Amino acid sequence: MTEQVHARRPSQLLRNLNSKIASIPMILTASVVFFGGTIWTIVYSFTNSKLLPRLKWVGLDQYERLWSAPRWIISIENLAIYGILSLIFSLLIGFVLAAFMDQKIRFENTFRTIFLYPFALSFIVTGLVWQWILNPDFGVQSIVRSLGWTDFTFNPLYTQSIVIYGILIAALWQGTGLVMCLMLAGLRGIDEDIWKAARVDGIPMWKTYVFVIIPMMRPVFITTLVIIASGIVRVYDLVVAQTSGGPGIASEVPAKYVYDYMFQAQNLGQGFAASTMMLITVSIVIIPWAFLEFGGKKRG
Amino acid sequence: MKALRMILVAATALSAATAASATDLEVTHWWTSGGEAAAVAELAKAFDATGNHWVDGAIAGSGGTARPIMISRITGGDPMGATQFNHGRQAEELVQAGLMRDLESVAEAEHWRDIIRPSSLLDSCTIDGKIYCAPVNIHSWQWLWLSNAAFDKAGVAVPKNWDEFVAAAPALEKAGIIPLAVGGQPWQAAGAFDVLMVAIAGKDTFYKVFKDKDADVAAGPEIAKVFKAADDARKMSKGTNVQDWNQATNLVITGKAGGQIMGDWAQGEFALAGQVAGKDYTCLPGLGVNEIISTGGDAFYFPKLDDPEKSKAQEVLASTLLAPATQVAFNLKKGSLPVRGDVDLAAANDCMKKGLEILQKGNVIEGTDQLLSADSQKQKEDLFSEFFANPSMTPEDAQKRFADIIASAD
Repeated sequence: MTEQVHARRPSQLLRNLNSKIASIPMILTASVVFFGGTIWTIVYSFTNSKLLPRLKWVGLDQYERLWSAPRWIISIENLAIYGILSLIFSLLIGFVLAAFMDQKIRFENTFRTIFLYPFALSFIVTGLVWQWILNPDFGVQSIVRSLGWTDFTFNPLYTQSIVIYGILIAALWQGTGLVMCLMLAGLRGIDEDIWKAARVDGIPMWKTYVFVIIPMMRPVFITTLVIIASGIVRVYDLVVAQTSGGPGIASEVPAKYVYDYMFQAQNLGQGFAASTMMLITVSIVIIPWAFLEFGGKKRG
Repeated sequence: MKALRMILVAATALSAATAASATDLEVTHWWTSGGEAAAVAELAKAFDATGNHWVDGAIAGSGGTARPIMISRITGGDPMGATQFNHGRQAEELVQAGLMRDLESVAEAEHWRDIIRPSSLLDSCTIDGKIYCAPVNIHSWQWLWLSNAAFDKAGVAVPKNWDEFVAAAPALEKAGIIPLAVGGQPWQAAGAFDVLMVAIAGKDTFYKVFKDKDADVAAGPEIAKVFKAADDARKMSKGTNVQDWNQATNLVITGKAGGQIMGDWAQGEFALAGQVAGKDYTCLPGLGVNEIISTGGDAFYFPKLDDPEKSKAQEVLASTLLAPATQVAFNLKKGSLPVRGDVDLAAANDCMKKGLEILQKGNVIEGTDQLLSADSQKQKEDLFSEFFANPSMTPEDAQKRFADIIASAD
């Protein structure tokens, strides 16, 4: 009987037919929208499309112009500074907050709500709030000055050299709550017995965290990393709301360059070239990581 | 479920009913500051008086934010009834792609070619011999707005030209006043530079650079003088911690800043604050050096629509916008100049009269929106917003980069 079914079994393609049909829309969306859109963008980045896409080839002109534009160079530098620091600090702060929350404190729910609350706001709102807080004429600087410290200066958003840190502060305020929640979920997933065993062995708490708990939380860290990293690459609205890229072009980011050149400058080709560069940057980071993460497991 | 269906039916019936009585026409624009909103309300009132209905589609955040939204709606197949652009080259490709309707029938009937002055305004609307937009006002960028109160406080006379203004800057700074307000939006810095260029280097040089795209002139000694003045301007603008242009104007209105280089639209803000030209504030066309004004402006473009009712309403709107009464009401509120010479502007204030006089004399130039593509304008904005914010960038370096932009401009 079983033998017969096995022989009559149609090709591999028709197994689980229902689920395969159900996933067709998803497959189509992924291939047409994501893959197709990507290819389309790359192709048109070699044209001199202005307001409307046109197939007039110009070779690498758009890329040459891109890499000789001071604004693009500054954007890349800003993204690097912002990206590295926000990765480090949101993981660090998020984990420390989660570790404190895990100490069975009172009013845990209240604290969790307070920390997670900023995440419920849109980046535009966060940006505007922090634009006011950091404005030297009526924000932190003016409050401290009115308390008597008249020489106090804290003016990140209108100082070229440190403007990107002003944006970083707002981003951390918004993002660490979510990281904390993810980490807390990870910590709760750790078996109580491990803590008991560590306590019995007399291992200090910080050592338990560093050598036992954190390695066990690897999947949570990876999830968090992906969420933070995707947020970093597309940072746009926060910059627009806080500084519009200013003062001058000191806080420009790549996503804003893409938008401004595609729509304000009506130069699609230039915008496509810039977004292709963003894609390449992301793949340089993602592909080796994906190999390590998924390729390695199979072999191991 | 039943209740929901009832609501849906009622809503459909309601929208059908309104469509039958009057034609709704959505008009998108970026006039959202106090003075501008008051002005656009005049246009809406005039259009509603024709029995149609103006559906206001204001988009906040000035042209740089609004234009992409408008363009993507038109190219994305969801066109509005009419939309504002700075006429010139911003909508060029939309017209070429056949997305906009021409206004020949209205223009013929109303003799636009005879009444609109200067004729360059209509030229900027014309592509392949057909008129595609209805200009509504003349924008002139070349104004220096001064707060009389600020100069009183600093104990110096209100300057009569740019040099006196630069000379008065130290006194203003000593009194705790920012001499020159320049907001953070990139177009403000770029616009201020263009104004300095007309005032200091003159009309011929301006045209050689922006019309003929002569990179040698852009790198030459005349423009070096302009960069020297821009260097003064950026030193004077230190401490302007605001973003939007009307916030910068507000610094002048409240006497926190001595002056601002801004287009005539700033006057709407002064008017709204109840200030009187000549008494509370002073305006110097052409920075008091070279009394020339540019004649770029705002115009309405009309996307092609399938609905014949709406197409008819578009024509009504186009002729309403240029009706003498609308022109007067709108421009008095906005602080700009009307596009037709045959309207009565007895109510015009001090500054507007100055502008009209210059216009009468024919001391006009085309605006940079009419001369340069949006792409070149954006590169220019990037350069000047960096220059105004970064004190370590020398005028020489900036000029070199400016010449490069002009060399590759189209």
